[in-house]
Amino acid sequence: MISQKTVAPAYKLTWTITDTLVIAWRNILRFVRLPQLLIFSTIQPVMLLLLFNYVFGGAISSGGSKYIQYLLPGFLVQIVVFGSSQTSVGLAEDLSRGMIDRFRSLPMARPAVLAGRTLADTLRYTFLVLLMIGVGYIIGFRFHNGVAPAIAAAMLAVLFGFAFTWLSAFIGMSVKDVETAQVAGFVWIFPIVFASSMFVPVETMPGWLQAFAKINPVTVTTDTVRALSLGGEVLTPLWKCLAWIGGILVVFLPLAVRRYRRIA
Amino acid sequence: MAERTSTAESTGIGEDTAISAHGLRKVYGKIRALDGIDLTVPSGTVMAFLGPNGAGKTTFVRILTTLLSPDAGQASVLGHDVVRDAQAVRTLIGLAGQYPAVDENLTGRENLEMVGRLYHLGAPASRRRAGELLEGFGLIDASKRTVKTYSGGMRRRLDLAASLVAKPPVLFLDEPTAGLDPRSRLGLWEVIENLVKEGTTVFLTTQYLEEADRLADNIAVLDNGRILEQGTAQYLKECCGGDVLIQLRVADRAQTALAVELLATLGNGKIRTTPETGEINFPVIKGTSSLAEVVRRLDTGGVTIADLELRQPTLDDVFLSLTGHTAESSGQDTAQAEAGVRSGKRKKGR
Repeated sequence: MISQKTVAPAYKLTWTITDTLVIAWRNILRFVRLPQLLIFSTIQPVMLLLLFNYVFGGAISSGGSKYIQYLLPGFLVQIVVFGSSQTSVGLAEDLSRGMIDRFRSLPMARPAVLAGRTLADTLRYTFLVLLMIGVGYIIGFRFHNGVAPAIAAAMLAVLFGFAFTWLSAFIGMSVKDVETAQVAGFVWIFPIVFASSMFVPVETMPGWLQAFAKINPVTVTTDTVRALSLGGEVLTPLWKCLAWIGGILVVFLPLAVRRYRRIA
Repeated sequence: MAERTSTAESTGIGEDTAISAHGLRKVYGKIRALDGIDLTVPSGTVMAFLGPNGAGKTTFVRILTTLLSPDAGQASVLGHDVVRDAQAVRTLIGLAGQYPAVDENLTGRENLEMVGRLYHLGAPASRRRAGELLEGFGLIDASKRTVKTYSGGMRRRLDLAASLVAKPPVLFLDEPTAGLDPRSRLGLWEVIENLVKEGTTVFLTTQYLEEADRLADNIAVLDNGRILEQGTAQYLKECCGGDVLIQLRVADRAQTALAVELLATLGNGKIRTTPETGEINFPVIKGTSSLAEVVRRLDTGGVTIADLELRQPTLDDVFLSLTGHTAESSGQDTAQAEAGVRSGKRKKGR
């Protein structure tokens, strides 16, 4: 048996990557094996987009232009935030079924179980974001700012989701129970999604709520995605958005991995 | 300490201690899950922890498999400390936990290949090993089906196969046959016996006394986090007072007390009764007493016998002599633990 102490750090870095990919593959297979899950988790956001656009669209006027132009950028951000709650549910499920015990008893890289999960979930967001843009195009949405900013807008939404996935992973490793994980997600998701510039301009809210809505990461990301899609001031919301993404990752990535290591 | 260092230097060659524990303790709030466990398991042998739910069996396994840190004491596997050298320990062990840890949405083959990849065997070797194990465990026909379609016995076999992917020299089995039907249980016992023949050191926990008797070279009887008694099955049987037990049942349950009175001077140990069934049993030393005398005394006293036998003591009797309660008295806990699993809330074993 080779003592682990003799293994070069480079080797371990390779393992972190390969182990992460193995776990990501395993989590993606879940969607392949459960086509109903994929179908319903696709139908739901499409339905919501149509409902929001046609139910609220008439009442909420947004300066003459069509509501879908205003709605879709925020909707892309919303969808990854809601989607991230699935990460904690999936991890809590792995915990309750003993899969995490199995993984922790293997000589695999420690962050790989969480990194593989977040990677698979990020792929899921990419799919959803592209799907929403497609549906948006059918009902009248158009990018007005060129191809490169449009790609950047989609990528930023996915990156934002990646950051929230680590927050969600931390919640999943902390609550350890599937039902609790489900409920816990909504406690933080609803306020940050609705008290934001996603559906309506922040200026229409009461002052105390504006204060929250203006610093809300969903607002700054929505504003950035909106500016990239339709034109307007990009840099100001962009740095705030990147600061949020960086901040969330710096705090919750190590916290989640720490929970994983120490979970009993 | 000295022992740990010396064994660590000679890892893999001439090892004679596979598992060792010194003063191992783990406390959950006020409950002492492990209350000072000292244990040595020689390489190539089978050690069984026997005890009811909550005795500390699972806690011990979780510490030895690096899933849990002890509060005090030290433990090592093939000379590697389970806390300081955890990653090395993980390369040397296989673990099949209390509930099968296999991914329902993956096929049997995919599950094993995934574990192989996570042991860093590489893709071709993982595929080859998965094929060998599926063949060996009679799962080859089901290998392309998702585990969701597997029976309980098949899941267990797959779980055990997953723990053997890296051909670990030390195998931990936490209640390997819990919840299996008798036929699947026999099948699993044969698999374990074959592994032992090939030189694998096996540490298993069980509530089934018959299982420890059949598989283990050494048995430790565990209760409330302590080892009550330890030895071979034969030694433990002798602990309960005699090498033979006389067991009988009176026809009229009301006569149980009378029968006990009549037989009081006969046995070599305490007479036990089960009033609900009218069963009486007591140990005797071969030759000092006979069935004939039992019959004569009861006949004289006017007690009708419904059933009478001379039998080998089982480990159940041992448990009773050591703890004063039967191992079965925790049956309710088992049911609760299993119900917990079904509802998705896995109860942490102590």
